[in-house]
Amino acid sequence: MIRFILLQNRQGKTRLAKYYIPLEDSEKHRVEYEVHRLVVNRDPKFTNFVEFRSHKVIYRRYAGLFFSLCVDITDNELAYLESIHLFVEILDHFFSNVCELDLVFNFHKVYLILDEFILAGELQETSKKAIIERMGELEKQD
Amino acid sequence: MSGTPSLMESLFQRTLDDLIKGLRLHTPTTTPSLSAFISKSLTEIRRELTSTTASTKSTALLKLLYLHSLHSISASFATFHVIELSSSPASKPLAYLAASLLFDSTTDVLLLLTNQLRKDLNSTITREVSLALNALSVIANQDLARDLTGDLFVLLNSSKVFLRKKAILCLIRVFDKYPDSVRVCFKRLVENLESRDEGVVSAVVGVFCEMAKVDPRAYLPLAPEFFRVLVESRNNWILIKVLKIFARLVPLEGRLGKKVVEPICEHLRRTGAKSLVFECVRTIFGCLSEYDVAVNVAMEKVREFLMDDDPNLRYLGLQALSTVAPKHLWAIQENKEFVIRALSDADVNIRFEALTLLMAMVCEDNVVEICRVLVTYALKSDPEFCNEILGSILSVCSKNYYEVVVDFDWYISLLGDMSRIVHCQKGEEIEDQLIDIGMRVRDVRSTLVRVSRQLLIDPALLGNPFVHRILCAAAWVSGEYVEFSKNPIELIEALLQPRTSLLPPLIRAVYIQSAFKVLAFCLHCFLFRKDVTFSFLLGSLSEEITTGSSDRLRNAPSGDSDGDGSYYPRSTLEETEYDIAGNGEAAGSSHVHTPLASSKSTKSTGDSIRHILNIVETTLGPLSGSNDVEILERVRNILGLVMMIKQEFLGTSSQEGDDNQGNNNNASKIINLMHEAFSEELGPVSISAQEKVPIPDGVVLKQDLEDLDLIYGDIKLPLSSSFSLVKRHSLENDSILTLENYRKDESETEGKPTALSEHRKRHGLYYLPLERKETSDDYPPANDPTVQDNINADTENLAKLTEQSLVFKKKANTKPRPVVVKLDDGDSRSILPKKQEPKDDLVSDAVRDVLRGNEAEPSSSSTAKEPDRASSKRGKEKALVDGSGDPLRIESSRSRDKSSRSKHHRQNKEKKDGSPETGKAKSSSRHGTRRSKNRAEGSANIAVQSPVIPDFLL
Repeated sequence: MIRFILLQNRQGKTRLAKYYIPLEDSEKHRVEYEVHRLVVNRDPKFTNFVEFRSHKVIYRRYAGLFFSLCVDITDNELAYLESIHLFVEILDHFFSNVCELDLVFNFHKVYLILDEFILAGELQETSKKAIIERMGELEKQD
Repeated sequence: MSGTPSLMESLFQRTLDDLIKGLRLHTPTTTPSLSAFISKSLTEIRRELTSTTASTKSTALLKLLYLHSLHSISASFATFHVIELSSSPASKPLAYLAASLLFDSTTDVLLLLTNQLRKDLNSTITREVSLALNALSVIANQDLARDLTGDLFVLLNSSKVFLRKKAILCLIRVFDKYPDSVRVCFKRLVENLESRDEGVVSAVVGVFCEMAKVDPRAYLPLAPEFFRVLVESRNNWILIKVLKIFARLVPLEGRLGKKVVEPICEHLRRTGAKSLVFECVRTIFGCLSEYDVAVNVAMEKVREFLMDDDPNLRYLGLQALSTVAPKHLWAIQENKEFVIRALSDADVNIRFEALTLLMAMVCEDNVVEICRVLVTYALKSDPEFCNEILGSILSVCSKNYYEVVVDFDWYISLLGDMSRIVHCQKGEEIEDQLIDIGMRVRDVRSTLVRVSRQLLIDPALLGNPFVHRILCAAAWVSGEYVEFSKNPIELIEALLQPRTSLLPPLIRAVYIQSAFKVLAFCLHCFLFRKDVTFSFLLGSLSEEITTGSSDRLRNAPSGDSDGDGSYYPRSTLEETEYDIAGNGEAAGSSHVHTPLASSKSTKSTGDSIRHILNIVETTLGPLSGSNDVEILERVRNILGLVMMIKQEFLGTSSQEGDDNQGNNNNASKIINLMHEAFSEELGPVSISAQEKVPIPDGVVLKQDLEDLDLIYGDIKLPLSSSFSLVKRHSLENDSILTLENYRKDESETEGKPTALSEHRKRHGLYYLPLERKETSDDYPPANDPTVQDNINADTENLAKLTEQSLVFKKKANTKPRPVVVKLDDGDSRSILPKKQEPKDDLVSDAVRDVLRGNEAEPSSSSTAKEPDRASSKRGKEKALVDGSGDPLRIESSRSRDKSSRSKHHRQNKEKKDGSPETGKAKSSSRHGTRRSKNRAEGSANIAVQSPVIPDFLL
């Protein structure tokens, strides 16, 4: 199960944070700080997995943005690594060539996309096409 | 009146974009500063939230959300406005987003959302349903879960697939918060497993995967359904999740393994998706490792992983190996080149994994070689990994009372070498082991003393604070086992050298106490065992002068470069030695040695004693005014002894070595007593020894140590970046052990507290760990770690050695393993099984009940009065339940009737005993198998656990 998903830039500014487990606000900030510190200095040649407390963080870097997923220690690393990429593809498609500023100015839409992708810590849709269609419907109705 | 301002507001309201641009313009240093800008915006937002126009409100909320999620501004004041906005269709998405971001289960206005959620869940507009489900999956608390279970239940059959998916996933949260909802929704959840839509199946499998983590046994009856998914599905995501479920079920039911191993191998051969391959491999290694065919197929894939360029795959390959290592050691052996190569990988994760694997290979035949190569690796590694290597060597070698160590002489020397590694921060562990081995292994004490001497006489080591703990142990060992020392005089000099001022006071106190012991030993020898010991003393002394000064020659350059006065002791050292050797003229250069000691005379022995006393007096005299009580006390003790000896013994019979008359005086009696006290052997103490001590009356002991949290509250937790993959050696036990040991020691030495016991008392349990900071001491390291071997050579070495050691299982040992003292009851390190959360039990109990209800024979139910109860409690749900089929209702009611339930168990159990084995007929009749399994596993288990289900509906 996904514990939380974080989008952070290289400076450690959180661009998106969604927690699927209840955490205190102060704890969230600590988690964000620690995860950023864990991933930011890792070489691209390193593995994309880092142990984090009793869980593990699967992360991927896209330009200056780190997408980090915290999952259980028994979860399948490769599958979640793929799902990060899928999420990025969806964002890329939705914002057509996404950049960090898109995510900043449309942060609420990013949350909506994420909700179509992951629910209650589980992947609910693995088809990029389906999610994009769903988002199209939501946009239309807005 | 309110019309104009709201119009004004909506016209001139800042949008989210304005806010973000504003935030980007302001930094903490500009005027107005960022915080001023934020607080100004917050004031605006507060005002706008009270506006009557929905659009103004929602813009304000959006801005607030931005500030909350990216600038961590508290937004609790807006919760009620969120509820307000949730009813307006246009701002619904925003309101639900805000709810999921701002609310938690303690938010007081949460219940106000119940009706809106219910309305939206039943809405005909799919968008609204979807939004409500999104929110519910995050914010559901017990009340919401209870009130909305019925609505979710309807959605589980929704014709719109994506809504059904969401509803299913929502159940994870709802089940968790309100376990009784399982009774309502479980049947439909299982039905959805047969859906043709992959997404739905994926969602259901995801839910089960999550639920089975808590108590997999409850889900055994569903194994046939999962099996069908495993065989039929081609969706990698579903397969991964199903494999995870089976990984939990197979260990509970052996026959299941036989059943699933073939399909899993099938997937393994067929698929190209690495994630699925890895999951299959992990499942096989984890719970199907007795099926050789499967293991072989999996090993092939692992080898591909290990050879891959992608570090992720290499890492996972190593990880897979380490799961299979305990059962199939050959798996590592076959891939040892990869493992060893991985030791020098760039990524620290991979290195750690390789280290773990390598340590898993250790046995008594290869421990020497593996440790040797690892130590050379440690010398070349960065400090963190170096210490990881040292830590794992220490923990593996000391495991189970040094099980793998045959040659303790080697191990002690290894510990000595490790102490000299520059990055070594394992002082505490090495200290514990040196003392522990000293107490447990009698035969190794002479080596221990020799190694300790080498550590003690090296002034360079005193400059490294990480080594201080080891030196402490060395000093203690030298004092305790001084009878093995070849040259006690040199020992005293080493213990009292001026650079000991660099030691922390408590360790210095140990030094002084050890010097005290050595002095007592020398005096005792001098007085009582003259014939034997003096030849020994002096004979070895002359040897030591040669070796000792060659040591010194080696160290001389470092001493020169230091120039902080540490050279001074050496010159005195030399003088003394020449005096001792009876070579009064003090030969001009220290390089020339004429060991004249063979011409031993009583005069020189008397002189040597006098010299010892002089050294003690001159070095410790200044300390008699020390501020530290530990040092002060010990210095006073030893000075007192010196004074007494000088007056009573050497003073009277001074000029001549003829001192027979001294034998009967006070001093010799005291020396004798002291010697007896010190020669009392210290042994290891059982861990449970403490329990055997009766608690004195009037002492109130707390059950748990919660107060410790207060004490330790300000100690920082270890940084998560420096995580360790290797389990720490159980140091706590050891330190308790030694601590108690010293308590015993105290009582044995007639209430005289030894320095070490004092020191341990502070260091062992309540002493804060030493500051782990890089200290730059200008004194050069004792042992320069410039090892020239290149990695390849080591790699080859290690590869060779593993080959040897694994092929030749038994090597002829040149010497027998010495006896290691163990205490029988010391082994019992019981770990209390972790208690399960009561809530989790509720979920799996409910699942069990539902499953049992599905399969139950009609004869075993007593449901006469139940439908009424259910109907009166459930209200709306009841109709749905009725529609969906009987078993559910029978089920939900039966659990309430405990007596009938336990009777039912007994019946089931009896039936189970008599029932024929139906396992092999599985493929033909799935339901038959399920039933038998259900009876075999589920019911027996329930009978054992007999859980209590509090009835939320009563």
